[in-house]
Amino acid sequence: MKDNVLMRVAARWNMPFLIIFALYTQTHGELGPGGGFQAGVMIAAAFIVYGMVFGAADMQRIVPRWLTDILAALGVLIYAGTGIYCLTQGYAFLDYTAIIPSNPGGAEPWGMVSVEWGVGITVASVMMTIFNEITEGTLPGQEHESHDTEMVGKA
Amino acid sequence: MSGILIIDLVLLALVLITAVATVESRNLFAAAVISSIYSLLMACFWTSMDAVDVAYTEAAVGAGISTILLIGTLVLTGTRETVRRIVHWPALLLCMAVGGVLIYGTLDMPAFGDPHAPAHEHPLYAGYTKQDIRKAPGSKGAEAYEASLTAARDGEHEAHGEDTEHSEHGEHNGNAHQDYFHGHVPNQVTSIIVAYRGFDTMFETCVIFCAGVGMIVLLRGRRGNPMKGGLL
Repeated sequence: MKDNVLMRVAARWNMPFLIIFALYTQTHGELGPGGGFQAGVMIAAAFIVYGMVFGAADMQRIVPRWLTDILAALGVLIYAGTGIYCLTQGYAFLDYTAIIPSNPGGAEPWGMVSVEWGVGITVASVMMTIFNEITEGTLPGQEHESHDTEMVGKA
Repeated sequence: MSGILIIDLVLLALVLITAVATVESRNLFAAAVISSIYSLLMACFWTSMDAVDVAYTEAAVGAGISTILLIGTLVLTGTRETVRRIVHWPALLLCMAVGGVLIYGTLDMPAFGDPHAPAHEHPLYAGYTKQDIRKAPGSKGAEAYEASLTAARDGEHEAHGEDTEHSEHGEHNGNAHQDYFHGHVPNQVTSIIVAYRGFDTMFETCVIFCAGVGMIVLLRGRRGNPMKGGLL
């Protein structure tokens, strides 16, 4: 698809808008519709469309696999860490009052933002991992080995 | 016939057409694109039902990432369907029976937007629409919340002087926290998902993480080099 001008331009020009809109969704999750899950999916979609057009190798140059592996775990860690922080302050698990004890109503959005970032990071990295693993060795930019076609036929 | 009803009927008719077209299409690439259109129409339908968050998710997941992953899979499988399909009568009957049971189940549901639906008359609902923070009674969080309410109420009393007639009805509790979203955030869906039942959402995130780990363990490096480009 790399040789197709239409696909190339569409992928290149959609990417910044998708990422900006995803960041808007991520940061305004507690004010409007959306949240971490939708934002993570959108960020992943931006990179995956890029990977489908320019090849998974090009995509993995921007977002290497070791990075998505670490980020997937980091997101869960942020979420659980927020809860454990509340525990260490003597509050219930994920009781966001612990963040600003003098103002529980003001603390609630901060807790939600922190948790939403965890969800967004995990979802984005896992979606990119799924794409990377499903299409391994099949997209332009990835080398085909001689026994590849056999394995694909069996699968 | 109201305008919204006409829009809903048109959308649902289009949803039905795209659903049949997805199943009937012999070209798998076309089927993937049509299923994306199906999700987009469903997103429009959710929006017309005021379920904006569901519509957002449907558009992002159903029309967005699912279609992309399906098209990515087509690179592996090819775009033409090779197996000749025949009607499998027991399966068809089973599907119709399950569908019939589901439709029968919806007959007991309250009408859309019914203000007397059980969910709206439950005692907890009244508290939730006021967006009161529900903490476990006696916990440290509940004490902190009560203290902040008392402090805010005192501040209001000083500001308004003798205007105390509303405070007995608890209205000041709501107004006191107006600057801080009444203790909850404006988007009630987010509020429910990450505060009211934040524990569930944490494990949903863990499920997604497990899906990623499963992909890595099962599929990474299956073509020869086990360390190719990966951490694990």
